Amino acid sequence: MEENIQQEEKVQRKLVIPGDLLGEGRSGHGTYFENGKVFSRSVGLAEDRGGLHIVIPLGGVYSPKKGDGVIGRIEEIIFSKWIVGINSPYQGAMTLSDAVEEFVDLTKTDLTKYFEPGDLIFAEISAVSKSKQINLSMKSRKCRKLRGGRLIKVVPSKVPRIIGRSGSMVELIKNTTGTQIVVGQNGLVWVKGENEDLATEAILLIDEKSHIKGLTEFMKDFLEKSPKRTPLKQPIVEEHESEEFDSEESDEFN
Amino acid sequence: MEDIKLIKSGIRLDGRKLDETRPIEAKVGILKRANGSAYFRIGNTIAIAGVMGPRRVYPKHMEQADRAILRTDYRMAPFSTTDRSRPGPNRRSTEISMVTRKAIEPVLFLEEFPKTSIDVFIEIIQADASTRCAGINAAALALADAGIPMRDLVSSCSAGIVENHVVLDVAGKEDMEGELDLPIAFYPKKKQITLLQMDGIVPPEQFKKILHLAIKGCEKIYEEQKKALRARYQIELAE
Repeated sequence: MEENIQQEEKVQRKLVIPGDLLGEGRSGHGTYFENGKVFSRSVGLAEDRGGLHIVIPLGGVYSPKKGDGVIGRIEEIIFSKWIVGINSPYQGAMTLSDAVEEFVDLTKTDLTKYFEPGDLIFAEISAVSKSKQINLSMKSRKCRKLRGGRLIKVVPSKVPRIIGRSGSMVELIKNTTGTQIVVGQNGLVWVKGENEDLATEAILLIDEKSHIKGLTEFMKDFLEKSPKRTPLKQPIVEEHESEEFDSEESDEFN
Repeated sequence: MEDIKLIKSGIRLDGRKLDETRPIEAKVGILKRANGSAYFRIGNTIAIAGVMGPRRVYPKHMEQADRAILRTDYRMAPFSTTDRSRPGPNRRSTEISMVTRKAIEPVLFLEEFPKTSIDVFIEIIQADASTRCAGINAAALALADAGIPMRDLVSSCSAGIVENHVVLDVAGKEDMEGELDLPIAFYPKKKQITLLQMDGIVPPEQFKKILHLAIKGCEKIYEEQKKALRARYQIELAE
C-alpha cells in the first residue's frame, strides 16, 4: 500500500471509464482482456506498469481482501463466533480463538464479556474464501476494541489518501487536533479525542478533495487556519499512538 | 379534428430532421444516498436512475452462490404523463423492468460479487415517448458511477416510421400517431443488440433501414454518455 502511494507522483495516471482501451499487454486489477487488448472495467485512474495495465477505481463498495485492517461493528453472537459488519456486502465472522488469547470455558462464560453486539472493533481479515466467507482475527498487535469516539464513513478507494504517504496525513490530523484516529481499509474512520469536530471535518474534506495536488499542504493550511481549532490542553505525547493502545486495552482480557 | 401533418418537406413537428435525435442532456452523481446515480434527458423525456449495491440479498432465496443478481425497477412518476398515472407497479412497468435488466446484464461482471444483489431503480419523471430508452441510458451511467465492474456502457435509442418516413428518436405526437416504433439497446463495443422491441408491421428491407438508423442514434447517445461520465470525474480531478 505504501509503495503505491510513493509511486503516485511518478506514474502518469489517466482518467478512464468502462470500455476504454488501455492498450496491449497484461490485464491487471480493474481491467479485462478481450481479443488481445486490455480494457478498463470501471471509472478510475489507469496506470501502465511496464505492460501491466491496472485501473484504480474511484468508487464502489468495499471488497474484502486478506490482510486488510478493518473497522467492524459486532452484529451478533452465534455459539462461539462473533458476526461482524464491515461496511461491505459480506459479513465477517470472528471465532473465539481468533479474538481471545486465554482459554474460555463456553459453558460458564458469556461471550458478551469480550464483545457485545454494537461494539466497534479494529480487526484484521485473516481469510477470504472463494464464496466470500470472511474470517476476522484480533491477533495482530494493532487490533483492539474501539470505545467511544465517532465513526465516519468515507469512500473505500480513498482510504490511501487519508492515510497519506507512510501515514503522514493521519499523523498530521492527529497531531493538530489531538485526537486518536483509526483508519479501516473498508472506508470507516474512527475518531476520538479533544477536537473531534475538526478532525471529522478534515477527514471528510480529504474524502471530497482527495484528488488535488499537494493535498498535505492544503490540509495543513486548513487545519491551522480553521476557526474551530482550539489550542490543545496538553502537547500530544506518544500515548496517542495507536500502537501504544494494545498494552492498555489488553489488561482487560486478563 | 383537423389533420396535422407530422412531416413536412423532411422537417418534423418539432423542427428536427428525420435522422436527428432530440437534445440530450446527461448528468452523473445526482443522488447523494445512492451508490451511483444518473440523470438522462432526451427532449422532454427525463429519467433518473439510482443504483444500490452490491449489497446483501433479501429475500435470501434469490441469492446466487456464484454471482450477483441484478434487479431493475422501472417506474413512472404519477405526474410524468398528461393524465395522472396510478402509482405502483403495473403490467407495463413490470415488463419494462424485465427488458431493461436483460438489456444491461450482458455488460456487467456479475461474478465479481457473489451472493449480492445490485438494485437499479429507474424513475421516469417526465414522459414523452422512448422512456425505456432514457431509462436504460440513465441506468448504464448510474451503474458506472456506482463503481460496478462493466465491460462497456449500454446505449439505447428508438427509431420508427411516421407517415411512411423512417425517423430517428420517435417523440410525442409521432409516437401516438406514427405507424411503427422500434426501441433498441446497443452494446457498442461488441456491436450487439441487447434489446429489440417493435410495435407495428413492416417489410424486412425497411426493417433493416430502421434498425440501422436506431443503431446510429445509439452511437450518438453513447458518445454523450461517455462525455457525461468523464465530465463528472474530471471536475473532481481538476479541483
